[in-house]
Amino acid sequence: MPSPFVRGLKCRLCGKGYPVEPLNFCTEDFGPLEVDYDYGAIRAALRGADFRDRPNSMWRYRELLPLDGEPTVGKQVGGTPLVRADNLAKELGVKRLWVKNDAVNFPTLSFKDRVVAVALSKAKEFGFDTVGCASTGNLANSVAANAAAAGLKSYIFVPADLERAKILNTSVYGAKVICVRGTYDQVNRLCTQVAFKYGWGLVNINLRPFYAEGSKTMGYEIAEALGWRTPQHVVVPMAGGSLIGKIHKAFHELHEVGLLADPSCKIYGAQAAGCSPITTGLKAGMEQHKPVRRPNTICKSLAIGDPADGYFAIKVMKETGGWGEDVSDAELSEGMALLARTEGIFAETAGGVAVAVARKLIEQGRIPRDEEIVLCVTGNGLKTQDAVGDILEAPAEIGPSLDEVEAIVEGAREPALV
Amino acid sequence: MAVRVQIPTPMRQHAEGKAVVEVAGETVQAVLNDLVAKYPALKERIFQDGKVRQFVNLYLEDEDVRYLDGMATPVKDGQELAVIPAVAGG
Repeated sequence: MPSPFVRGLKCRLCGKGYPVEPLNFCTEDFGPLEVDYDYGAIRAALRGADFRDRPNSMWRYRELLPLDGEPTVGKQVGGTPLVRADNLAKELGVKRLWVKNDAVNFPTLSFKDRVVAVALSKAKEFGFDTVGCASTGNLANSVAANAAAAGLKSYIFVPADLERAKILNTSVYGAKVICVRGTYDQVNRLCTQVAFKYGWGLVNINLRPFYAEGSKTMGYEIAEALGWRTPQHVVVPMAGGSLIGKIHKAFHELHEVGLLADPSCKIYGAQAAGCSPITTGLKAGMEQHKPVRRPNTICKSLAIGDPADGYFAIKVMKETGGWGEDVSDAELSEGMALLARTEGIFAETAGGVAVAVARKLIEQGRIPRDEEIVLCVTGNGLKTQDAVGDILEAPAEIGPSLDEVEAIVEGAREPALV
Repeated sequence: MAVRVQIPTPMRQHAEGKAVVEVAGETVQAVLNDLVAKYPALKERIFQDGKVRQFVNLYLEDEDVRYLDGMATPVKDGQELAVIPAVAGG
């Protein structure tokens, strides 16, 4: 039974309609396809819905996700905490700050579990037995783990210079991992060719229209946790530039189906200076991102030099009255350490980017100090430990002697962060 | 001189169903001009107002032509130009 809430797919550029099929771009102009919903039907179905009865996972919003049947993969994904971050707020000199913490998403500790849950559930509906992706790491982990649980074979393509932890965290699930000597963009291009050649379900290629919808649930959860309203400002890390658009879409959809009175929210994109095609394009007043041939940053999860959603990301930042910034590797490492030290949240490099960019935007006066801000943390620091290794003080080593403890407690030591 | 052009699946119906076609030209622009002269239905799919569409990427021997000399990039006999939709990732 096809979903009563999905009309089909449609081109984001020319609007041409397509049936629900594993296809990600328009055959007329190559524009990306997205799911075309019947919001009137969803609104009617949600009238009087009691969200207290729904599961504490991303599937509590299932009318707004493009599956025909019940989810079969990633049933426990989502429902991550929105943490009130008063200690970090004090450090940044702002009044009301929250962290949306997808570093503890299940099962692979990043927001990618959301998109993969939709993509692989859809892959099963289409009847694929082999799935895969091009990835900068987090997606690789998530596809491998969720495919294993779903009994699907997986081929995962990553740049060969990825963090070892992200490769191990993919291989362990029995996935076929293919390390490509090249940049992410080269891996992505290769995967597009692979998708044409083999009959596989590549989650961020031919399953992309469905996959990308999973990101919206991060936005739904933020709004619901605030009592069905939006914050005034959201800071979102940008790699391919998809998530930022989906958070925006999430707020507008909730409004459209009657769950949110006012969807307005200023949305800010965050990148690493060593790979900032989108913020560079935005700051230069361009409509399009400015491609980066050789990304050079420790933030590998955001190292996409030619993000195909760059155009849409720039549009969202401009239209909502937000902005974008980029930060150096040193600043993002400090951002990671600051978040950990103030809130007890160990985010990966991209989380450090969100914190450091927020700080920069606050200092620039672009984000007012007395308004509500949400920072999106999309991945876990345990996967990118090297990024803070150099800036943390090494632990003290002593004999089993109380005197030696006393020397430390008496203040012979520097504070934890140098 | 012959240059091989890889045609992506959704465009093959406009190129007699072929995955690869042979055309001529000494630059990327000239190669594409020859391609759309042979298969006119490809013209409006690759170009818009005379420029390559926003979501169409071109790779000469696996290198994105935007990092070479763009449409003026010289093409040698026997090289392969791939036309591939821009796909976001993550």
